[in-house]
Amino acid sequence: MKLTLWTYEGPPHIGAMRIATAMEGVHYVLHAPQGDTYADLLFTMIERMNKRPPVTYTTFQARDLGGDTAELFKDAARSAYARFKPDLLMVGASCTAELIQDDPGGLAAALQLSVPVLPLELPAYQKKENWGAAETFYQMVRLLGKDYVLSPGEKRKPRPAGLPPSCNILGPTALGFRHRDDLVEIRKLLRQIGVRVNVVAPLGAKPEDISRLHEADFNVVLYPEVANSAAQWLSKNFGQPSTKTIPIGFNATRAFIEEVCTLAQIHCDIDELTKRSRARWYALSVDSTYLTNKRVFIFGDATHAIAAAKVASQEMGFQVVGLGTYSRELAREVREAASQYGIEALITDDYLEVEQRITELQPELILGSQMERHIAKRLKIPCAVISAPIHVQDFPARYSPQMGFEGANVLFDTWVHPLMMGLEEHLIGMFREDFEFHDGAAPSHLGHGHQRTPANEASVASEPAPVPEVAVANGAPVTESVWEPEAQKELNKIPFFVRGKAKRNTERFAIERGLPTISLETLYDAKAHFGR
Amino acid sequence: MNRVIPLQSGAAACDSQDRAILKERGQREVFCGLTGIIWLHRKIQDAFFLVVGSRTCAHLVQSAAGVMIFAEPRFATAIIDDHDLAGLADANEELDRVVDQLLTRRPDIKMLFLVGSCPSEVIKLDLSRAAERLSKTYTPRVRILNYSGSGIETTFTQGEDACLAALAKEIPRHAQDHPAQREVDLLIVGCLADVVEDQFSRIFNELGIESYAFFPPRRSGDIPCLGPNTRYLLVQPFLTETARVLDDMGAKRIPAPFPLGVEGTEAWFVAAAKAFGIDPNHVEKVIAPKRQRANLALERQRQVLSGRSIFFFPDSQLEIPLARFLHRELGMQLTEIGMPYIHRQHLAEELALLPAEVSLSEGQDVEKQLDRCRNYRPDMVVCGLGLANPLEAEGLTTKWSIELVFTPIQGFDQAADLAELFARPLVRRTKLAA
Repeated sequence: MKLTLWTYEGPPHIGAMRIATAMEGVHYVLHAPQGDTYADLLFTMIERMNKRPPVTYTTFQARDLGGDTAELFKDAARSAYARFKPDLLMVGASCTAELIQDDPGGLAAALQLSVPVLPLELPAYQKKENWGAAETFYQMVRLLGKDYVLSPGEKRKPRPAGLPPSCNILGPTALGFRHRDDLVEIRKLLRQIGVRVNVVAPLGAKPEDISRLHEADFNVVLYPEVANSAAQWLSKNFGQPSTKTIPIGFNATRAFIEEVCTLAQIHCDIDELTKRSRARWYALSVDSTYLTNKRVFIFGDATHAIAAAKVASQEMGFQVVGLGTYSRELAREVREAASQYGIEALITDDYLEVEQRITELQPELILGSQMERHIAKRLKIPCAVISAPIHVQDFPARYSPQMGFEGANVLFDTWVHPLMMGLEEHLIGMFREDFEFHDGAAPSHLGHGHQRTPANEASVASEPAPVPEVAVANGAPVTESVWEPEAQKELNKIPFFVRGKAKRNTERFAIERGLPTISLETLYDAKAHFGR
Repeated sequence: MNRVIPLQSGAAACDSQDRAILKERGQREVFCGLTGIIWLHRKIQDAFFLVVGSRTCAHLVQSAAGVMIFAEPRFATAIIDDHDLAGLADANEELDRVVDQLLTRRPDIKMLFLVGSCPSEVIKLDLSRAAERLSKTYTPRVRILNYSGSGIETTFTQGEDACLAALAKEIPRHAQDHPAQREVDLLIVGCLADVVEDQFSRIFNELGIESYAFFPPRRSGDIPCLGPNTRYLLVQPFLTETARVLDDMGAKRIPAPFPLGVEGTEAWFVAAAKAFGIDPNHVEKVIAPKRQRANLALERQRQVLSGRSIFFFPDSQLEIPLARFLHRELGMQLTEIGMPYIHRQHLAEELALLPAEVSLSEGQDVEKQLDRCRNYRPDMVVCGLGLANPLEAEGLTTKWSIELVFTPIQGFDQAADLAELFARPLVRRTKLAA
């Protein structure tokens, strides 16, 4: 048993849902109790998707346990198949259903449906979300690709002369951190290089597309957590090599282009492609001098954490004082990366351990997930999000990739904004005693600057009541009303973000009616009068 | 075992029993009882909720809570792993270790709830024995209770019921043995926002009912004491188990509609006043100005909502009182009202106020219910978070039901706020279409 306040990853069936939801023509029948349907809101609310994930839950209850939950599963699978007519049916169990051992794979096979069925064994008490996504994708690629596997000793046929080189893009899923935008950026880059994209998977792919993966010359692996095992299988069975560089940051994007050119056996003018990039110049510009050796702590999924450390160190001029991941599957890679900065990697899925390390290190900037954002808030340290798990605001409406040259621009902006600007820092040094420009002042722009301190909260709560100068007796109009202590107390119970408005409205209401004092009743009369 | 006794007499009961209710059994798109932790941990301010469950439970609670709200939540999960599944003796030792770790980290915690989940139920981990065992170690510093919020046993707001039922068992019955605790004539049962509690307190005082307490208390040490004639009033329609515990202790329920809307709130207070033999003229004198003010505030929303049709997917158990309010006070047309389950006895007064022709459904088969909803094409759909955006994308206007649980909506001064929650999506759609 492990005590967890927050978790970095969901259970493995959430990973499977991310694959199913990313694709078209796929439906997932999940043997699961009532309540596991919460997972839908990850997609419909956090990712703001306009359709439900293609998942049917059996939602068994306690009273079913003595009876036939297997029959319940078969009914659910049968009716989901009839209703959604998928080209491929995924079946599996969530953690509770795993305990009752109904074998969804076997039960689905017994239904003899006329589409391929992918049975998923995802051990919920050992494995987690990213593993579940990788395993699901791998099993699907195997199932749909097995008929095209090269015989032992058979060589890949050379690409016919005159055809441009082609690749698959592997790894983007639903609920991925900026996967949608990264994909646009990388597709554009590949087109500029002159490489054709055969299939993108799983995002947007149909089962028939998965069976065409073998047609490409090589694979571009964007998110190793999801795509590595499938890419390895494709390499072994179809002789398709895959890219290793993750194109996050200016330097890595250049390296990625070189790697793609090598695999595609073509040449391209990298300098021409990089001409439009701003991040590099911004980092060199004089206002960025203040970024030098800012101490940064980085934690996230392995792919984003390793990439962020590289960018922070080589492209921003930060000092990486901490680097870690919750992706145990890629712990070795993260340890290697950390050793380059002379530090020891933190490999853990325990939020409390990460908090402990950050507290010890007291960095000036945290690059992490939604969980590190909590920690940063508690410790009052600026923070930017670089990795899942994420929040609805990390699915911005604007185009905001992490990868490619535009991605590098986005990284520059989002990492630098939580910090004070260069000139701002100088002013604080210069006007140290100024009441508006002291060390404790927050940056002047959004992000950390929004934080409310106990001091300013108190000033809203207990603004001095206006002095009762109102001469009601002589008939002069009331120009100010005094808050009775009880009413003032009641006002303070109103959430701070509407309190100011409630206060103003009530005072206006009281003055209009010539009330010298504001009582509880006045407060609620005004509330009823104005509504919202 | 079902100890709910069907009502034998009374117009309300007959009415509710004659209604045809569509009972469905299929995929249910509702939260499980664990989700109640999200408001319970804020309501009882020195309590901590430890879910004994799987990674899914941890993920559910944090996703449903919106991962950003509380940097230091007063809930956590003891995640069961494959080592625990090997043998139960180990699981108990493991649980003790986790509780120790937790209470060391949070010395301010005075009450700890061990919350059962689907996996802990299926592997038959006995949390009531664990709570007893741990209580021996931590009494008097921390009280340790347990309840189940599992999805195989409970739906959404039933988690609050299960929690309060566990807490109700802690209520002392005889004041002489507990001189420190206050004996009350009236217990107001169910979670309310603090601001609503304060408003209700003032009204009870004005009515002349002075010996009362709210349950759950804001701090775990303030549990009141039952007297020989204590009566209780439910503020929520989902407190079946809690009511049963109180009944068994000899407290008497005051039957009433629920305090939603002006009419419901008035009826709720009137029922209380009647139970305590308060002069109806005095009651009218207290209530009339509040009723008048609330009706005035409702007028604006009535203009938006009147004549619009509404469909409820089952979610919080508040559906029937809400539908009653929206229909009778705001003139909305009811299509289907879905409920996770219908407690006929607690809802008798509410059902009597609903028009006879409305469709009621209990349980859920979400796909079939979606078909019916699309068929009705209502002006507004009330549903959970999983369905709201997909329905909006189909051109339907939705009200996500979670706000109805997290927002102060009970009482006279909140009636217009409640109506506004329904008006806002319609106003917004009009604004964006313009």
